[in-house]
Amino acid sequence: MIPWERVGDSVSTKIDRQEAAVLRGLVGQIDDILQARAGEAPQDELTELTGMRTGPSTAPADPILSRLLPDFHRLDDDADVPASKEDRDSAAALRSLHEPELLDHKTGVAGVLLDTCPPGGGLVKLSAEQADAWASALNDVRLALGTTLGVTEEMPDDLPDDDPRAPHLGVYHWLTWMQESLVTALSGDE
Amino acid sequence: MATPVERAEPVTTEFTAEDKPWQTIVWNDPVNLMSYVTYVFQKLFGYSREQATKLMLDVHHKGRAIVSSGSKEKVEVDVARLHAAGLWATMQHES
Repeated sequence: MIPWERVGDSVSTKIDRQEAAVLRGLVGQIDDILQARAGEAPQDELTELTGMRTGPSTAPADPILSRLLPDFHRLDDDADVPASKEDRDSAAALRSLHEPELLDHKTGVAGVLLDTCPPGGGLVKLSAEQADAWASALNDVRLALGTTLGVTEEMPDDLPDDDPRAPHLGVYHWLTWMQESLVTALSGDE
Repeated sequence: MATPVERAEPVTTEFTAEDKPWQTIVWNDPVNLMSYVTYVFQKLFGYSREQATKLMLDVHHKGRAIVSSGSKEKVEVDVARLHAAGLWATMQHES
């Protein structure tokens, strides 16, 4: 893969076959778990009557989904101030209200990437809007992989060969490079 | 203390405590790129590169930054948009 280059309103790069397969595979996996979560949304009579969709009121148990679909208030144990009952009730209501739209957005950007990344590799040329979708989709994949790998601020570039996470860390760093290059191209500073 | 029967209506209600009690907080996390966070702040809030960079650095060094404030409805929308971009954002009352 070569760095993203901006020409006018579009950005482009070239991706080889194997890179395209890895990227499409990862984005497809994220899309699958998001679609599965969307399928868990409660179906009730009010939804059918009003067309207003409501999502689940509790955070996903899965740590990847939980990172992709955060609470609207700090409810976690690491917060400086413990969450009040008011915070918990409000977070439940806001999740229920906003999660369907968030899932639409995230599956939408995954879909844009899958539509515009050629399965066999080659030229990728994106409009500004498509490029934003890629930046967002790449970020979601990095969040998922980062959660799985337990990435920290002090994460080394390489892990010992016998560490089971070592091959995945290489992919993570590659995705980081790709997103950084894309954002640099979009921000207009080369 | 006596209360005047007639009071002048406030010229603007935009900054009363009831209307502006909420803040959007972005928290540091080890995955999101500094360049991407800056880009998102510019894109979503229309901040200049300098403003967006300062907020990003606050998140990075202090662990959090208040990136917008306003009515509950406004802040709710801001948090939802930040979640869409993949940032870790929450909302809280102004203290």
